[in-house]
Amino acid sequence: MRFADPIKISYKNIVAAKWRSFLTVLGIIIGIGSVIVIMAIGSSAQSLILSQISGVGSNLIGVLPGASSEKGPPAQALGIITTTMKYDDFLALIDKRNVPEVSDGAAYIQGTDFVSYGSNDVSLGITGVTHSYPDVEDAEVDAGRFFLPEEDTNLARVAVLGSTAKTDLFGTDNAINKKIKIKSQTFTVIGVMKTKGSSSLGAGGSDDSVLLPLKTTQKIVLGMDYLSFIRLKVADVNDIGVAKDDITKTLRIQHNIKNPVDDDFSVRDVASALDTIKNVTDILKYFLLSVGSISLIVGGVGIMNIMLITVNQRIREVGLRKSVGAKNSDIMLQFLMESATITLVGGIIGIILGILSSFLISVIVTNGFGYDWQFIVSLQSVIVATVVSVLIGLIFGMYPARKAAEVSPMEALRYE
Amino acid sequence: MAILIQAQNLNKTYENEGVSTPAVRDVSFEIGKGEFVAIMGPSGSGKSTLMQMLGFLDRPTSGDYLFDGKNTAGFSDDALALIRNEKVGFVFQAFNLLPRTSVMENVELPLLYDSKREKKEENEKKVMAALRAVSMEHRATYLSNQLSGGEKQRVAVARALVNNPEVIFADEPTGNLDSKSGIQVMKILQKLNDEGHTIILVTHETFTAEHAKRIIVMKDGDIRQDFQVENRRVARDGELLK
Repeated sequence: MRFADPIKISYKNIVAAKWRSFLTVLGIIIGIGSVIVIMAIGSSAQSLILSQISGVGSNLIGVLPGASSEKGPPAQALGIITTTMKYDDFLALIDKRNVPEVSDGAAYIQGTDFVSYGSNDVSLGITGVTHSYPDVEDAEVDAGRFFLPEEDTNLARVAVLGSTAKTDLFGTDNAINKKIKIKSQTFTVIGVMKTKGSSSLGAGGSDDSVLLPLKTTQKIVLGMDYLSFIRLKVADVNDIGVAKDDITKTLRIQHNIKNPVDDDFSVRDVASALDTIKNVTDILKYFLLSVGSISLIVGGVGIMNIMLITVNQRIREVGLRKSVGAKNSDIMLQFLMESATITLVGGIIGIILGILSSFLISVIVTNGFGYDWQFIVSLQSVIVATVVSVLIGLIFGMYPARKAAEVSPMEALRYE
Repeated sequence: MAILIQAQNLNKTYENEGVSTPAVRDVSFEIGKGEFVAIMGPSGSGKSTLMQMLGFLDRPTSGDYLFDGKNTAGFSDDALALIRNEKVGFVFQAFNLLPRTSVMENVELPLLYDSKREKKEENEKKVMAALRAVSMEHRATYLSNQLSGGEKQRVAVARALVNNPEVIFADEPTGNLDSKSGIQVMKILQKLNDEGHTIILVTHETFTAEHAKRIIVMKDGDIRQDFQVENRRVARDGELLK
């Protein structure tokens, strides 16, 4: 028997029973379609998250108080406040003699408090930063100026507002040189930052924060003498690994740590944070994928069911084919090809619908929610979906096909 | 005359839920090449069962069946499929054409399962020759469901013929036909016999059986009579069956 013959026979039979074939294949269409959509959403969401994070800058190294493993979350994220990191540590880290790879760095202390202007009283994030903040964060001043180097330590009562914080306090009015009050202390607004967008890797530099000089925040507002975290900018991205080693050495000397197990700090870079988040989103994606696969199995059972009915309905045809010389394997091949063709067609329809839905979702998310949601359908997912749909046809068609192949020609011809 | 079919003590017993029903009991006979044999008998006599065993659609419960000198008892399913493809053609009472399929494709069916895999043009030639033999070449492109009963059966005969088999089995070929179409089919079978094909016809109608050269009468699974037909009927156009 030629290879093309069973394909021709399958095509004929499928077309002859269009409506039933469609219903049969609906499960596969939905299954493959949802797998494609899940893969696409997964990829898009992953790329969105990763692009937001990498927007912070892949040349940044974060130093956080508290020990943590490379893959696990930092201690802060678990609500543990560690007070071991001080301004002196920051000075040591930006010292070229200790860490030559670092070109600049900023120290941060974070808290939340009420900020008032006139009768307007708003709860806002208070972030104490060093004057190097705009350089490290690639942040830009919209109006006024940022802190001067001497204001890091001279307890100057000046404030720079994040764009949202400015709107919260002043609306559209000019804020420069206005006085705001925090903890009954008066601060002069000297600048307003440009909108930076949501940032991650700690909440530093958010638009809804009031930025104050580091020492001022520690002594006057929050009453703390430690740092929330330090960010260091590395001149050459390729030096990140060396820089991390140097930072670790420097901090061990600063903190008198002999045994690495006793480290009371964590050094992280955006690349490794990306890795961690990619792992998490991958797990999420595969979980969703396995949920999608269940619908494929259900679809496969539907195929098996309908193929059993088909075999019964066409048992006389099986008998006839055998009477003119079809071998058991010819009959088996015919029915397997038929179920695989049905599922392949279903798979292709599912892929097309899945791609359309993913595109629609990307349009809705981009236009409706303002995210930079990319439309991603990987060739890999299309190939996998195609192969899987054929495999389902072969696997679930096996039992009915075997049943058809093994029936004796005499019984098949006699079947009413 | 060379012997084509040799049945030696053939038995067929159906087992159904613990009850065994003998359909063919200890039957022995020979059929030579070029014979036209009618197997007759009332329904339940075992004539169809016998034909199915002779046509390799079913295996005997016991006994030996020698086809063309070879004992087929140990043949695998695939070997039997090969014999059905190359040596045997069937014509059934219910025609058994593939629905929504053209006359040509129906006749071509045995060639699709031919291990020799001839070229498409070669197959087409064989199909057209078979259709010419049953005077159906003018309907070659029709779909099987557009044909009348008599035309369907002639297409079925062409299908049985297309691989140029040693023997054609016809199981009540006129059973579903009006008498005019019936006589046409009998005429074709007689013509094929004249051309050298061995024909084995199963029927319960004496008139139809009398078109054969030899009649085997069965009852209750046994052969009761086996005789040559003197002055057999010759089917002519315009004549009515019965």
